[in-house]
Amino acid sequence: MNLTLLILLPLLTAVIILLVRNAQQVKWVALIGATLQFVLAFVLLFAFRNERAAGNDAQMLFDLQYNWFPAWNISFHLGVDGISVAMVLLTAFVVIAGVLVSWNVTKMTKEFYFLLILLSLGAYGFFISLDLFILFFFLEIAVIPKYLLIGIWGSGKKEYAANKLALMLMGGSSLVLVGLLGAYFGSAEKSFDLLTLSQNHIPVFVQKICFPLLFIGFGVFTALFPFHTWVPDGHSSAPTAGSMFLAGISMKLGGYGCLRVATYIMPEGAKEYANIVIVLSVIAILYGAFATMMQKDLKYINAYSSVSHCGFVLLGIGMLTKTAMTGAVMQMVSHGLMTALFFAVIGMIYERTHTRQVNEMGGLLKVMPFITTALFIVGLCSLGLPGLSGFVAEMTILIGSWQHPDLFHRVATIAAAMSIVVTAVYILRAVAKTAMGPIKEGFTNLSDAKWNEKLATLILIAGIIAIGVAPFWLNDLISPAADVIMHKVIGK
Amino acid sequence: MLNDFLILMKSELVISVIIFLLLFIKVGKGMKNERLLPLVQFLLLANFIGGFFFNETGSLFGGLFTTNALIAFQKSILSLGVYLISLLFADWLKKTEHMPEFLILALSALLGMFFMISSGSLLMFFLSLELSTLPVAAMANFDLEKKISSEASMKMILSSAFSSGILLFGISLLYGATGTISFAGIPAMLDGSPLQILAVVFLFTAFAFKLSIVPFHLWTADVYEGAPIAVSSFLSVISKGSIAFILMTALYKVLGPMHEIWYNMVMILSIATMVIGNLFALRQQNIKRFLAYSSIAQVGFILVGLSSNSTAGISSVVYFVLIYTFSNLAAFGVAGVISQQTGKERIDDYKGLYQTNPFISWVLALALFSLAGIPPTAGFFGKLFLITAGASKGNYFFITVAALNLIVSLFYYLRVIRAVFMDKNEQPIEKINMHPSTKLGMIICAAGIVLVGLLSWVYDYINQLSI
Repeated sequence: MNLTLLILLPLLTAVIILLVRNAQQVKWVALIGATLQFVLAFVLLFAFRNERAAGNDAQMLFDLQYNWFPAWNISFHLGVDGISVAMVLLTAFVVIAGVLVSWNVTKMTKEFYFLLILLSLGAYGFFISLDLFILFFFLEIAVIPKYLLIGIWGSGKKEYAANKLALMLMGGSSLVLVGLLGAYFGSAEKSFDLLTLSQNHIPVFVQKICFPLLFIGFGVFTALFPFHTWVPDGHSSAPTAGSMFLAGISMKLGGYGCLRVATYIMPEGAKEYANIVIVLSVIAILYGAFATMMQKDLKYINAYSSVSHCGFVLLGIGMLTKTAMTGAVMQMVSHGLMTALFFAVIGMIYERTHTRQVNEMGGLLKVMPFITTALFIVGLCSLGLPGLSGFVAEMTILIGSWQHPDLFHRVATIAAAMSIVVTAVYILRAVAKTAMGPIKEGFTNLSDAKWNEKLATLILIAGIIAIGVAPFWLNDLISPAADVIMHKVIGK
Repeated sequence: MLNDFLILMKSELVISVIIFLLLFIKVGKGMKNERLLPLVQFLLLANFIGGFFFNETGSLFGGLFTTNALIAFQKSILSLGVYLISLLFADWLKKTEHMPEFLILALSALLGMFFMISSGSLLMFFLSLELSTLPVAAMANFDLEKKISSEASMKMILSSAFSSGILLFGISLLYGATGTISFAGIPAMLDGSPLQILAVVFLFTAFAFKLSIVPFHLWTADVYEGAPIAVSSFLSVISKGSIAFILMTALYKVLGPMHEIWYNMVMILSIATMVIGNLFALRQQNIKRFLAYSSIAQVGFILVGLSSNSTAGISSVVYFVLIYTFSNLAAFGVAGVISQQTGKERIDDYKGLYQTNPFISWVLALALFSLAGIPPTAGFFGKLFLITAGASKGNYFFITVAALNLIVSLFYYLRVIRAVFMDKNEQPIEKINMHPSTKLGMIICAAGIVLVGLLSWVYDYINQLSI
């Protein structure tokens, strides 16, 4: 399969969106484009599995390389392993759901869908690029659409939130840039190529300088404590699809970068700073969970709980065991689907009740059973009910963490595991207050989900259940790739 | 001999011919601006295209004038800039009573820059620098009835005279220390003696004045604000570009052996320029002052690449100036159109612009994103290559400061974007009717901003010229 399709398809969709005239056509073009992306992601999955089944055990499959700026040794190098395929799948799920959910956008429809598709283009490019220059290129492509999506279509303190998000993410990517240049000039060949860099030993002192830069830089994207402050503001001000993309895709760019770039090409640095990463991620997990308890606004609840859940991703990476790392990728996929669904449901509720305050709602199960059921499912997934994806991912991370026998790692693992109890408290309280109890006045005539909303919800729920009930296919996909990275770190 | 003369100096000859043509038309029967301008535009375009053919390496007049393919390409960038200015400000030019004079002045300055880039000795360099500066000062005064315009012109004359004096002093010291004024002869005589270092400091100060490097930047914002926008854009793009090119020649070819000494100087000034330029840009309300400070910060970035003293440094600086030409001219073009039609120059006036004028809003957004270095615009590649070239010394502190400055600059570029796209306004700027050639100019700029980065052969071409 030709990987450039994953970039060309969104690009083509975006161009056609610019060309068509009326809003109705724009929506359909975007939907068709997103559906094709969805199909393409599955084609990629099956092609990948077939190649692996046929015994092709090259590290990166569907390798493609075009010359681009040969003077700097930069090439347009694409390729996927299991982790990339999982992330591409996640992106496709979130994109199609996001396009469906925002069917009712009336303000500047064309620009809205154009930016959504542009964001997906950045995400796909990021996940499949093997050259760090183009990886950085795609990382930054995704920043400005977020800024405009929040600033134009958002609500509340949208300008402030958009500014904060854009500046913090740009700050993160500036650090990434310096780290990448360190890797470039530290390597013998002066190359940005991921595979070349990983075979090449970067001097240890360069790793010790550049690993924190790369890790913090990517960490900003994935809400590394104390750089998580853009998350609550950004998510709560963004339009529904914007929040879905932000939490579902954009935060995963950071996790993927920490794993694939920082840890993989700078293993000595990773070992040096692993304990600091663990401490910060445990703080994020606990702080996120406790901060969520205090929130009254549904979007803030999900935003802070995202900080907590993304802490698990970083914890999995920081533990430096194969199981924990596999779990970290699973958590990225699981949290991406879950949080996208959560934001979609919140958006649907808000569109009908015009409030996001938990206290002002109640008894919604009676008038909108479909939406509220989805809310139940996503809540249970968030608190880690077996059978849904959250349980699988967090359990894998915790098992991987427990493999370290020393006191420090044990304490960290226990502290992280305790957050699940706190999660149960705030999720159950929020869901119960929204869905049950006597119905509030004025809410009795509200309608249930429409076809587009139902479709989006079902797609995401299907993903969550597919991982929760049968985690082995995702595990088979990720585990060998995580093994390669861990092999590099531990050096066995 | 004559053939050499004709081919090596072709751009200079074409520009001289246009100047004389304009002069004859002016003193003769005269011609309507509407008919004269397209003619000049056409000749400028022809000059730009001609710049890509018959580029030979050679020197004339005993080494006073040298040229090669890279220098020819630098001249092409400047010609392109002037061509774009003539397109973007067509409306303003046509309404000016003294359009032929304006064009004569602009082209004389351009001619001076061509000679300056090609100069092979300090004497030629000084003469052509003067030729490139004085006409611009006259142009700055072109809004004859505006007091602020005369003030701008006066400030410019004074600061140019001052910097010329310093430059001459530096040249005489350098001559005294090395015994030659030829660019080819100086490097062999450099030994890093205190007198030579002093000469380098004086030379660099003069360059710093022209490029508005902090702390010699104070004239910039006032002049940009007072001068007509066409002149501000000429100053910020064409003048700056040409000075950056000759500074590169001076540092690499002439003062190359003293690299260790000037590296620190360039680094400190670069950091100061980026930081001060960015911090002052944060609070500007007038779009011209805003662009003035942003262009100061951009010069700081050019210095990052310049500090490297390598082929990568040359190619990344030339590449960045090309991109900067497109981006900054697009921004100035939009500001010019709006100022010309409504007289509004404050950033607050731009609120809600997208509702009434989507096309120029997108052009402005592209230009600002490119200036901020956001992909997929060309500015991203330009800035990244400058930083990469600067990083080759392994000075992490320097590149970290440069990278952090990217964030600060993004903040104020986003301020304009926010005003245009997000803020509400009771009375937004009304629908603007653009002259077709202005629109063409904007489309060329936008295409340049998008394509120069993504099409990697542009960089390869420059890189292959720089070796």
